[in-house]
Formats: sequence, C-alpha cells, structure tokens
Amino acid sequence: MADSGVTDGSLKKDEIERSKSEGRELTKEEKQRLRKEKKQQKKNKEKKDDNASQESEKEKKSVSSSSSAPQPPTQPATQKAPSAVPAPAPAVVPASETPAPVEKPAKSKAELKAERRARQEAERASKQGKKGETGQQAATGKPKAPPSELQPVVKRLPEHIQVDNPDVLKKLAKKLERQQIPLRLDYGYKVSLFSHLHQYSRKAPLTQQLSIPSSVIHPAIVRLGLQYSQGIVAGSNARSVALLHAFKQVIRDYTTPPNEELSRDLVNKLKPYISFLNQCRPLSASMGNAIKYIKKEISNIPSQCKEEEAKGKLLNCIECYINEKIILAAKAIAKYAIEKISDGDVILVYGCSSLVNHILCEAFEKNRKFRVIVVDSRPRLEGREALRRLVQRGISCTYVLISAVSYILPEVSKVFLGAHALLANGYVMSRVGTSQIALVAKAFNVPVLVCCETYKFCERVQTDSFVSNELDDPDDLIVTRKGKTQLEDWQQVPLLGLLNLVYDVTPPDFVDLVITDLGMIPCTSVPVVLRVKNVDL
Amino acid sequence: MELQAVLMAAGGGSRMTDLTYNTPKAMLPVGNKPLIWYPLNLLERVGFEEVIVITTKEVQKMMSADPKIKHEVKMKLDVVCIQEDGDMGTADALRHIQQKIKTDILVVSCDLITDVALHEVVDLFRAHNATMAMLMSKAYEFTETVPGQKGKKKTAEQRDFVGVDHSGKRLLFMANEADLEDGLSIRKSIMRKHPRMHIKTGLVDAHLYCLKKAVVDFLTDNKSISSIRGELVPYLVRKQFSKTTSSQKIKDDTEDQNQKKNDGHTNQELLISSRDEPLLQLAHERSCWNDHRGDMSEAYHGGKLRCYVHIMDQGLCYRVNTLAAYIEANRQASKLFEESPVHPSAVISERCQMGTDSMIGALCQVADKTSIKRSTIGNSTTIKEKVKVASSIIMHGVTIEEGCNIQGSVICSNAVIGRGADLKYCLVGNGQRIEPEAERTNEVIVGTDQLMEI
Repeated sequence: MADSGVTDGSLKKDEIERSKSEGRELTKEEKQRLRKEKKQQKKNKEKKDDNASQESEKEKKSVSSSSSAPQPPTQPATQKAPSAVPAPAPAVVPASETPAPVEKPAKSKAELKAERRARQEAERASKQGKKGETGQQAATGKPKAPPSELQPVVKRLPEHIQVDNPDVLKKLAKKLERQQIPLRLDYGYKVSLFSHLHQYSRKAPLTQQLSIPSSVIHPAIVRLGLQYSQGIVAGSNARSVALLHAFKQVIRDYTTPPNEELSRDLVNKLKPYISFLNQCRPLSASMGNAIKYIKKEISNIPSQCKEEEAKGKLLNCIECYINEKIILAAKAIAKYAIEKISDGDVILVYGCSSLVNHILCEAFEKNRKFRVIVVDSRPRLEGREALRRLVQRGISCTYVLISAVSYILPEVSKVFLGAHALLANGYVMSRVGTSQIALVAKAFNVPVLVCCETYKFCERVQTDSFVSNELDDPDDLIVTRKGKTQLEDWQQVPLLGLLNLVYDVTPPDFVDLVITDLGMIPCTSVPVVLRVKNVDL
Repeated sequence: MELQAVLMAAGGGSRMTDLTYNTPKAMLPVGNKPLIWYPLNLLERVGFEEVIVITTKEVQKMMSADPKIKHEVKMKLDVVCIQEDGDMGTADALRHIQQKIKTDILVVSCDLITDVALHEVVDLFRAHNATMAMLMSKAYEFTETVPGQKGKKKTAEQRDFVGVDHSGKRLLFMANEADLEDGLSIRKSIMRKHPRMHIKTGLVDAHLYCLKKAVVDFLTDNKSISSIRGELVPYLVRKQFSKTTSSQKIKDDTEDQNQKKNDGHTNQELLISSRDEPLLQLAHERSCWNDHRGDMSEAYHGGKLRCYVHIMDQGLCYRVNTLAAYIEANRQASKLFEESPVHPSAVISERCQMGTDSMIGALCQVADKTSIKRSTIGNSTTIKEKVKVASSIIMHGVTIEEGCNIQGSVICSNAVIGRGADLKYCLVGNGQRIEPEAERTNEVIVGTDQLMEI
C-alpha cells in the first residue's frame, strides 16, 4: 500500500491542484469521482468493507477538508480522521483513492497478501464484534501489520463474573447438573454496574435442595459450605484452614474404587465439592491457592503407593502446609512488624484481620507501648470482634466508624491493614473500605503497612473493584431501629437497588510497605515473589 | 453417612386410651392413612433411604399388611421389635439399638404430622456443630369439641417453659411446670452469658431431635436416663452451662480415681471432638465471627456443648397424642398431600351431598340422600341412605345404617351404628354396636373390657 501511495501521490497531487484552482465546482466532481473510485475499491477488496468504507470516509472527508482548505470546511471532520490520520492521510489517501483499474497491475504481490491478511483480520474482528478496534488499527495506517498484533487478545473470562451472560449460566447449570450439585439462584434486584456478579440470599441456603443425609457431598463439606454461607467461618485465613480441615476428613473417609488410581480419582472427587463450596460462597484467593497445592500433591502421588500410605502422606502434606504458610508465616510477619512498632505509636486498624490482631497481641506481649484505633464499617461491623480481642489482652483501644476516619487520622502514626489477596500488579484486595482508609492515610502522610502471607498472592490483575468482586446478601443492609424497618419492602420500590460489596482494591501508590513472611517488600515486588514461587513449584 | 433416622413407634398412646385400646397408636388412621405414614413420608421426602423403626410386634405385623406403607414407602425399614408391656422409654430404646448406630441420629416420633422444612433443623445441627437440635412449634388452640369432654374444662396441661437466646435459635432453658415447685429459677451464669432471654410457654415439642453419636454413647453408660424428652433433653440443656465444662481437663489431672470416673461420663460426652480438634479450633480462632456481643468471651462462650431449637411459626405441626389433636389432625391432614379426597374405588351414589373438605376411603359404599360434611370416612365403610355425617371421623369397616345422624363424633373401626341413631360428640369404641334409635350426646361408648383396664 505504501509503495502504491508513493507512486500515485504525484497523480493525485495534480488533481488536488486542479481542484484547488477550479474552486467549488470541481469539488463536487471530485466527490463524484471519489464515490466511483470507492465503489470500485469495494469490488476489489471484497470483504474489507469496514476498513474500506471507513478509510474512504476518512479519505473523503480529509480530501474534502484538504480541498476546501481555502474555504471554511463544509463537512465536519470525523472524530477519527483528524486525530488518527493527520499527516499520513493525504499521502495514504490518494494512494487508495486513485482509480482502481490504473492501479491494479501496479499492486505488487505483497500488497495483495497484505490485503488478504487485512481481510482475514477484518473477518475475525467482525466476528468478535470489535469494529472500533479494527477501525483504529486501519487508521493507524499500518498496512503490513502482522495478524497476531491486530488479533484482539481475549482470555477466557471466569464464569463467576459473567452472570449476566445467559450462555455462561447455561454452561454452569449443565456442569452442576453433571456433578449432581443444586444450582443456587440469585436473589433480588442487582445494581446494574454489578449485574455480572452473583448475589445470593442467606435465607435460601443451598442445603434446601440437597437431600438431608447428604450422600453426594461429604458431610464435612456440607457443614463447611453452611458455615461459609452463614458467615460463621469468615476471614481469609479461617476459611483456608477450615477448608483444609474438611479436606482432611474427606481424604480420611476416602476409599479408592477398584480399577482406579488414587491420584486421579481423588482429584475428580474433589471437583464437585469445590463447585459446591463455590456455590455457597465464592472461593477466596487463599482457598484457591490451597486447592491448587492439594491437587498438585494428589497428582504427584506415585501410582505404586499403597492407599493407606498415600492417605497418610496427603494428611501430612496438609498439616505441613498449614503450619508453614499460616502459623509460621504469622510468626515471621509478627517478628518483622514488631520492628516497625515503636513506643508511643498510635496504630489504626480496619475491620477484623486475624493477622493484624495477632501482630498487635504479640507486640503487646513484647512490652511495646502503643494504643490502637479500630475503624469499623457497616453492615458487617467486624471491628467489634477485633475490639473485643484486643481489649481482652489489655491493649487500650478507640473505636470509630469509617465516616470518622478523616477526623481521627491526625492522631494516627501508622496504619496496619490486612489483605484478602495481593494481586500481581501490586494492588491489594481487601475488605471494602480499605482503599478509603489507605487514601485518607496517604492524604495525611501516614504510613500504610499491609500485612499478608505469601500464600495469598494471586496471579490475577485488577485495577478496579468492579470487574471481580463479591456481592453479599442485600438484606444485611436493612436495619430495624425502634421497631421500624424502613427498607423492609425494598424489592417493591422500583429503581431501588441495595448493594452490599465485600471487597475492594487499593492501588500500590497508597501502600508503603507489604510485610510478608519473606520480609518487607514494596507492593510492586509481588510479581517477583510469584515468579520465584512458580519456579519452586 | 451423615445422619441415621430412628422412628420411635412403640408408644402406647396413653393419653387417648379410648382410641388406642384396640389399635396401636402408630396405626391409627388419620386422613385414611396410618399415623406412622406421616413421619415416614417426611423422611422419605427429605431424602432418607433407610430408617430404623422401633416398634412392637403388633405394629410390625400391621405395617407389613398395610397397603399404604407397603407400596408408598420406598425406604428401607429396619424394624426393631421391643416388648409391648415393658417400661422401655425412648432413651432405653436408643440404648437397645446402640449397635446399629454409626453416626449422628435423627429421632422422630411416630405421632408427628408436620410439613416443616427439615433442613432448618439439620442446618442448625450442622453449622454450629451442635450436640442437639430440636424442633418446636407454636401451639394452636384446638377449637373442635372433643367427644367425652365434660364442658370446656381442659385437663391440666402441664406447661413447658422454654428459654431461648436473642436470636431465637439457641436453647438456654427448658423445664416443665411440674418440676418447678417454687417458681422459675434461672442460674446467674446463664444470665451473665445471655442477658437477653426469651421465655416461651405456648410451644409444642415436636419430638424431633438431632443428636450427636456421642450422646448415644453417653446413654449406654448412663443407664439411669430412660426418656429422651423427659430426662435427656433437660439434662443436655442444663449441661451447656455447667461449671465443670470449661475446667474439665484441669480437673482430670488433679482429681482421684472416683471423681475421674464420674467426670469420665460427662467427659465422654463433652469430648465430642473430631480427630482434628486443634485445626478446627484454629479455624474458629481466626474467624471473625461471634454468636453474641457485649462481653469479652469468644464465640459460644467457649462451650463445647450446644443445644439449638428451631421454632416453627408457620405451617403444620401436630403431635397426635390426645383426642383433640387427633381430631384436628384429621381435619388438616388433607392439606398435606395432593391426593384426591375421594378414593377412586369408593362407590358413591349420585344423590349424595359431599363437601369438598371430606375424605372418603377406598372401597366405601355411600348410598343415596346422604350428606357428608367435613368428615373423614375410612376404608370399606358402608353408609346407608338418609345419613347425615358432619364433622366426624369414621374409621375403617364401619357400618352406618339408614337415617343416622352423626355429628362431631369419632367412630372407631368395625363399629355398627343402628338405624336412626343420633350421635352427637360421641366416641364409639372399636367393634361397638349402637342400638337403633339411640340418642347419645357427649359420651364415650366403649366395651366393658376396656373399662376394666383402668
């Protein structure tokens, strides 16, 4: 294309000069000719409709704008044309515009190939309905761009954030049916920004649809699922430990069926349990990592290993994992964190993080003098539990709601936050409200320290709290004061949606330090840790 | 396996002897189905595949002969027979079948008719790792006039006082009026842990219990407990707050052998631990959940023994252990299943007036000019012309001659009502004959042999 442009540029220049000299009348003729040429172009480049029309449109407009340069532009310039096609347009435009029959023999094989490739790309692009992208790509004027660059990169989205897509829901229903697990129905009106997420009601547990002496799902898993959905086991660490405890019971009660291998069959047995737990409450990042670890351990069991031995090995692995990643990690983190706590500190904590509570209790044991401000938020009000645990130890605490955080921050010297997961781009995913605390702390120049074990590091990348989140029961937001419940019939009110988010992401700019069991690292070193971990595995 | 179902069907129906002196309570027809069919149906609907039925030989024989049970109940019934006359209480019966029990159990009584969502009770049992979970329901006043009752005076119903916590799920206190001489006394330790307690009296105990296996093991050692409802349940509820529970382990080391043995019994029950108790502890420690707030203790106040109750406020729940309950159950039973009230094999003549709330059993013969309202007619009953039956329960094999007028009565099996008889609020016992042109009001007509039993 570029070559033809160069060769034909001279011809077109004459035309432009002619049009300029002859004024308005010829612009019309010009337009007509352009239109004819366009039609011929369309015949030549059959399926390059999008590009051709867009290009020709732009070309037409840019030509008309260039031709009517002395006169005030009669046509409003398109948004794309002027921005994307400033200088090359006049050069490229005439190239494609020049009468087709004259140019055809001049087009080399390379150009034809490029046209074909471009056509294929257009097909692919139109299939994925991303016309804007192809338009943009054409506008950048890369004639010989390799197809891989132009091909839009679409990874498979996980199904739990595609709830508004009926095909995905159908697939999920089929999968659950195969695994004999009931499908939990969504509840209530979902706010449109979050309609791609599941929203369940606590009053409709999944056990309603299960038979009572549960035969398909191991009773320990049913119990665990109930405890998750009712919030009895809440908090990243607690959920992982409870999950591993339940898996231990499953492994203990497991017997290899004849003609099956433990390494393969046990993994298949665990899949429906994991789906069930996912239905009860979406899995956390820490649980996901624990499950990956277990599955790896199970599949690594040599086939000649006897069942009892294999089971013993697995139980041992689970014990070691919990010991290493949770208990010892907490000790290591406490050791590092205590270095950062000095006498006279006023530490702000948010919600109830088991790790942060542990650190503060340890610091108190080591006779550091500090006081704590516990910030809490509705509807969970987890701060009350954190407050109880700290006061029980004898630490002097203050309790505020999150609306008061900017009033109390001038007193604070450090902020300790817990994390639900650390994402690969350095963002911290934690309880909703954490990013606000970090933001206000940054505004007041108060250091923010995030404490997180390495097993919560996750390979996901997220920059906002919308794409992947969890919607809790909206009825939790309803409160009864003096016997009156104002929001009782919220479902009847049209245009009213209750939103109960669980997580949010904090950008790494607001986090000064991440304390992990590997040491104290900046937020941006998370991908390094992940890489190192993967190499180990 | 998660739960084993145990159905207690050996009870004698001591509060309605007029009905049960010939037919065992478990086989009394309610809505033309034997009483035992209802709990079996409940268990089957929920998904149980096997039930252990503890009953007498007589009931077992009748059950195997009954078409409803044979054909409609698809579960495997493991029938265990015990002596009829024995003073075997429900707890004794559990001890008797201790060998068969391998996991936690769900004990149901045969006289329970309910449409409760059973998962509510079992979920409490599972989620909180409870020792016991039971079902209770708001009691309804029985408005029907009961035959044989003199006036409106009700027999001294012993009230049950049930104390629950602020959430209405945790059972804190349970006592029967008979056991309280001076008044209701509540221990300070309970008040300290649960300052808000709701005490309810108008509740009916459905006799449906989920019990941990450790409780059954505890029963085998403690042979003094003979009734689940009367002794075991109050014991468990009291034991939740027993002072020794928290310091049990410390005591063990210091006490001498005797004490240890005593504590051993309670110890057995308290150490209802799974093999990974420390791991479970860790999970609960790290979890930011607490079942109460306002004091410094952890979830459940650190207690290992927990009793929960699910109180139904909507739906049916009847315990058919008195005559009034039996009559009420008959009225409501048709709501529980969608079968047509008239059995297809019944022969009903054209000129019969039948209300929609009546039930006619199989192989009935109803002649012309009869009027049947709000009644239940059993199988193989013959009703001749010009009979008016209103608000009555007529069991199987009864013959009612012409011109009778039966109102608000209960006619037991194989009775014969002579022509022109007028019965109001009567109870006619099994196989009795009422002479023609008799006029009886508010009487219990039973055979002389039954009278001797008292």
